Amino acid sequence: MKPFSYSRANSTNEALKLLQTDGKFIAGGTNLVDLMKEGVEQPSQLVDIQRLPLSTVQANKSGGVSLGALAKNSETANHPLIRSKYPLLTQAILAGASPQIRNMATNGGNLLQRTRCVYFYDVAMPCNKRQPGSGCGAFEGLNKNHAIFGWSETCVATFPSDMCVALAALDAQVKVLGKDGKERMINFVEFHRLPENDAAKDNNLLSGDLIISIELPKTGLPTKSHYLKIRNRASYAFALVSVAVIWEWKGNVIMNARIALGGVAHKPWRAFEAEKFLNGKIATEENFKQAAEIAIQDAKPLSQNAYKITLAKRAIVRALKTANGK
Amino acid sequence: MKNEYFEDDSVEVCSSESRRDFLKKVSAIGAGAVALEFLEFDEAFAEVPEYVSNPADAVPITLNINGAEKSVQIDTRSSLLDTLRERLDLTGSKKGCDHGQCGACTVIIDGKRQLSCLTLAIMCDGKKITTIEGLGTEEKLHPMQKAFVDHDGFQCGYCTPGQICSAVALLNEAKNGDASRVTENLSVKAANLKLSDDEIRERMSGNICRCGAYPNIVAAIKEVQGK
Repeated sequence: MKPFSYSRANSTNEALKLLQTDGKFIAGGTNLVDLMKEGVEQPSQLVDIQRLPLSTVQANKSGGVSLGALAKNSETANHPLIRSKYPLLTQAILAGASPQIRNMATNGGNLLQRTRCVYFYDVAMPCNKRQPGSGCGAFEGLNKNHAIFGWSETCVATFPSDMCVALAALDAQVKVLGKDGKERMINFVEFHRLPENDAAKDNNLLSGDLIISIELPKTGLPTKSHYLKIRNRASYAFALVSVAVIWEWKGNVIMNARIALGGVAHKPWRAFEAEKFLNGKIATEENFKQAAEIAIQDAKPLSQNAYKITLAKRAIVRALKTANGK
Repeated sequence: MKNEYFEDDSVEVCSSESRRDFLKKVSAIGAGAVALEFLEFDEAFAEVPEYVSNPADAVPITLNINGAEKSVQIDTRSSLLDTLRERLDLTGSKKGCDHGQCGACTVIIDGKRQLSCLTLAIMCDGKKITTIEGLGTEEKLHPMQKAFVDHDGFQCGYCTPGQICSAVALLNEAKNGDASRVTENLSVKAANLKLSDDEIRERMSGNICRCGAYPNIVAAIKEVQGK
């Protein structure tokens, strides 16, 4: 690991002031420390922000819930407000990592974790995300775990989070404090980005930004929801494909449907066209199947991952059916 | 310590001296000639361990481990695991993968099970750390340690300290009513969850056992929860 200087911030303003150009904020550290051991991340400075007062989960002014950036994933998943009002989020968080890691990892950090693409992790390999201009090892290499939506020849990596797939489906917002001391909100679906020609950039944060909280909107009508994760072993593995579905309902009519997919793109992937199709429809298996067909229309497989298209289609149907049966 | 399985005196002598101390002495004999040459350097930086690359970068920290305050000088890069094992002689916590994938390094920090390999020691100031050494003693085993022995919850034993720390914290989580991925009815949080085998397996999935002692580990945890 490259040497770094360490400082501890006691307030958000102090954190912004302490951070140097090549520095990074650290909280849970579960991904950053690992990447530093591998030499993938080489910050010259760490600013420890774990003591900032950003660790509460509480009702917000708009009738929703505010998730503090420094609340642990495990505390968030098991908070009574989340379990009772947003069980989709509880399900997604508990599907990720292990209990030990969820006890360390923070909500803000979950949004900022990096891809687990093997070419990104192996510093001897080309990777545009790690070293812009070096090429994409996975594009013509080992890509069975990689993207089927929104990739470019620059990068075919997927975003690994489970929690973020649920947050995308919940239409959350991210509250960010800029280097200039001003707060702003970013819609969750616009927080992460597609690789295009700049794979090094995972999201739309600006240099020096500090995540303050994630804001969940008010839940209105009764909802049905489910998070389904498909992976190579029953627990403690990243998703090959995951699906978060949620909709409001009156009688048997679907309203405000949202479908988000994980493990298939550089960001949590919303199936907007499939959602439009479902809105106003009756919850039937036939409609679910048609929605799934629409959702995978734009999928483009790489050399080794065509299986993900069938898998995603079936996973969407199963997630919708399971949610409907709840 | 008297070894009940061996009458031979030499075995008793060996067991009274820890394997680690013995290895240190052996390596010191080999390193003696070399060390003399660098005596001046060694004296100049007597307080700073050799693996702090730049002695000026050494940072003093105080850790609360198993109820005792311990002060050490560390390199900012030191993981909690390396600090426990290499600096504080607490070698119960094991280094398996060193990348957060196996759980052998699991310790309990402020009541929560966490991975000491992905934790920077410098970030642990003021936190209460419990390692396997703080759970029980050879004379008075922690109930979870005793259950692992009774149920043969291991073969080689390398993952066991992590398994036990994880299992102890797991039972607290169940007591709080914390859910896992396989818990039914997430919407309602009720305390004192009784864990099924599936629940225990899911909740222990962060601890890998290459010997495959899983059925016995599940049995051990079940027994302690039933008490």
